[in-house]
Amino acid sequence: MITLLYFARLRESFGLASEQAELPAQVTDVGSLTEWLRQRGGVWQEELAPGKPVRVAVNQDMADLATIVRDKDEIAFFPPVTGG
Amino acid sequence: MTVRVQTEDFDMGAEILKLRQGNAGIGAIASFVGLVRDLHENSAITEMVLEHYPGMTEKALTEIVEEAKRRWNLINALVIHRVGTLRPTDQIVLVVTCCAHRHDAFASCEFIMDYLKTRAPFWKKEQTAKGTHWVDARESDETAVQRWAAISTN
Repeated sequence: MITLLYFARLRESFGLASEQAELPAQVTDVGSLTEWLRQRGGVWQEELAPGKPVRVAVNQDMADLATIVRDKDEIAFFPPVTGG
Repeated sequence: MTVRVQTEDFDMGAEILKLRQGNAGIGAIASFVGLVRDLHENSAITEMVLEHYPGMTEKALTEIVEEAKRRWNLINALVIHRVGTLRPTDQIVLVVTCCAHRHDAFASCEFIMDYLKTRAPFWKKEQTAKGTHWVDARESDETAVQRWAAISTN
């Protein structure tokens, strides 16, 4: 199982703060995970479209498309940060 | 070195006193306080909600302070960032750096703020008369953080 977290605008668009999922066979990294989520269509396809400014963290460290995703990982999707 | 994410307000004077008490090696303290303004792109803000990523936010702030410690002679540092609902004039963030000399204190304080703005997972949602909207990240914040890569610490 992997844990997926969504924050800020993404949480509101998806209507979901977190979910657990079986790691799909074709998912090996952040890029393929994003593609898998995009296949849900609708807002998922829209918000996670290539070129959209979405940030990803794996186990609470900033990641990029090539970052490896493994079983039991916590993966968070969020917009660029705006604190301070 | 302390980082805190909290809904409660903070008292800068009391925090600084706690931080420097009993340490005669501290000769310079720099501080920064960020406040909620009442205007964003010409719309009047009535309130804002700050969201964070519990766990990762504290970790990111700790890493930023540790990086500042590697670059400057930082004796002690404090970062407090508020979350939840805030209104214009409310305090949002406090950064305090304690050093022997002013250069290290000023520089490390600015460094921590610049990194916090671009690396720490916080998101602002503003409420105006026109409704609510998520604040977009600013390119100038990214430019501000990138200049540190080129700056020598001495």
